[in-house]
Amino acid sequence: MSETVEATAVVKEPKEPLFSSKNKRLLSDPLNDDNPITIQVLGICSALAITVQVKQAVVMSLSVLVVMIGANLIVSWLRNLIPSRVRIIVQLVIVAALVILVDQVLKAYLYDVSKQLSVFVGLIITNCIIMGRLEAFALANKPWPSFLDAVGNAAGYGWILIAVALVRELFGSGKLYGFQVIPDAFYDFGYFNNGLMILPPMALITVGIIIWVQRSRNTKLIEEN
Amino acid sequence: MDVNKNSYTFTFSAILVIVVGASLAFVAEGLKPLQKENVRLEKMQNILASVKVEATPDEAAAKFEQYIVEQVMLDNDGNVVSPEGLTAFDIDVVKEFKTLDIEKRNYPLFVFEDNGARKYIVPMAGNGLWGPIWGFVAFEGDMNTIYGSTFDHKTETPGLGAEINQPFFQDKFIGKTIFDGSEYVSVEVVKGGADVEGKSHMVDGISGGTITSKGVGEMMQRTLNVYVPYFKGNQKAAL
Repeated sequence: MSETVEATAVVKEPKEPLFSSKNKRLLSDPLNDDNPITIQVLGICSALAITVQVKQAVVMSLSVLVVMIGANLIVSWLRNLIPSRVRIIVQLVIVAALVILVDQVLKAYLYDVSKQLSVFVGLIITNCIIMGRLEAFALANKPWPSFLDAVGNAAGYGWILIAVALVRELFGSGKLYGFQVIPDAFYDFGYFNNGLMILPPMALITVGIIIWVQRSRNTKLIEEN
Repeated sequence: MDVNKNSYTFTFSAILVIVVGASLAFVAEGLKPLQKENVRLEKMQNILASVKVEATPDEAAAKFEQYIVEQVMLDNDGNVVSPEGLTAFDIDVVKEFKTLDIEKRNYPLFVFEDNGARKYIVPMAGNGLWGPIWGFVAFEGDMNTIYGSTFDHKTETPGLGAEINQPFFQDKFIGKTIFDGSEYVSVEVVKGGADVEGKSHMVDGISGGTITSKGVGEMMQRTLNVYVPYFKGNQKAAL
């Protein structure tokens, strides 16, 4: 670990443009080829827990975005000061502090939203994606790329969450974002909401289908053996 | 500077914890008044919602002042009490349900008046499947027929037990009665999908949310039981 830290500190790169192709990839890779959920299989737990309704998924994604940007920036700023032996604890403290901060601010200014998220905000602390990005990226990179990395990964996490939530809410309760979209006439003809969709296993299966589609479209993701 | 020396590690950790701790404490203290106010307004909104008065957080306080004409407090035996410096609104029934023995709990009652018609609002708390549930049930002037209700929960299963805070469930209570003649029977929440047509003491529960639904029934049965003497006394007085 300390090697990579030193390496970046020593090599003074020429100033690169804010959105160089390398930096753009930091944003775009996590959306597809390097998606935190479908490729790295991180943050699966929250993908199962809060994808019953689209609204929850949206607010959760935004909260993760805020926490992730904050954590990545702070860790990146402190990267040469953090003792490597306690770095995980330091990261945890930073993430936990940010999550509590977000929670407190939501409670004071966006009370309705905070009630929606109640339990899940706290769970952001344990979201493996955040720790993963701190450990793998922010500790070894400058603030600006770390910021882009945070945005990219949070977006990659968010779109999967919302996609799964769309499927689950539509088939599970016939609604989207809380609005009824399946007309009553369907129910009169004997259509039923799929109760299984509301339960966590269907989130796993939905994520599995997304992974399947993604891999069959993008052959370089398939391991050779 | 060697960032891996023991002394550095200790110093760094100490400073980090102090900085983080201090800033969190500072933020929490600073936001506390706003948060408390939010909780207070939400309670007012909930009380008003049980009598079908919609109020945004901004207008909740004014409407509460306007419509709630009387606040009564009962002890566990149903006697009217008035402890020093405590109004019915200050009582947190959920907290008391969790922390106080049953005989020490207070039972608030809010009297709502609009165009001369009175409604009686009873707050209550109980247990769902995963955590506490609570609600407000409003009665017509006859103190028997349910006029409206709101329920809420902390951690019930989304899509199942959590649906107790949805209108489709809460509206099922409207028009149900808690007295059979002069006998107190409360309202029972039966397993989802049952036929409750024409049964005035039964409400259809939520399919898949049976334990939460039963919790609502238990909560009503237990809480309203305390109010029976008060209700009966007032019913007689009204005749």
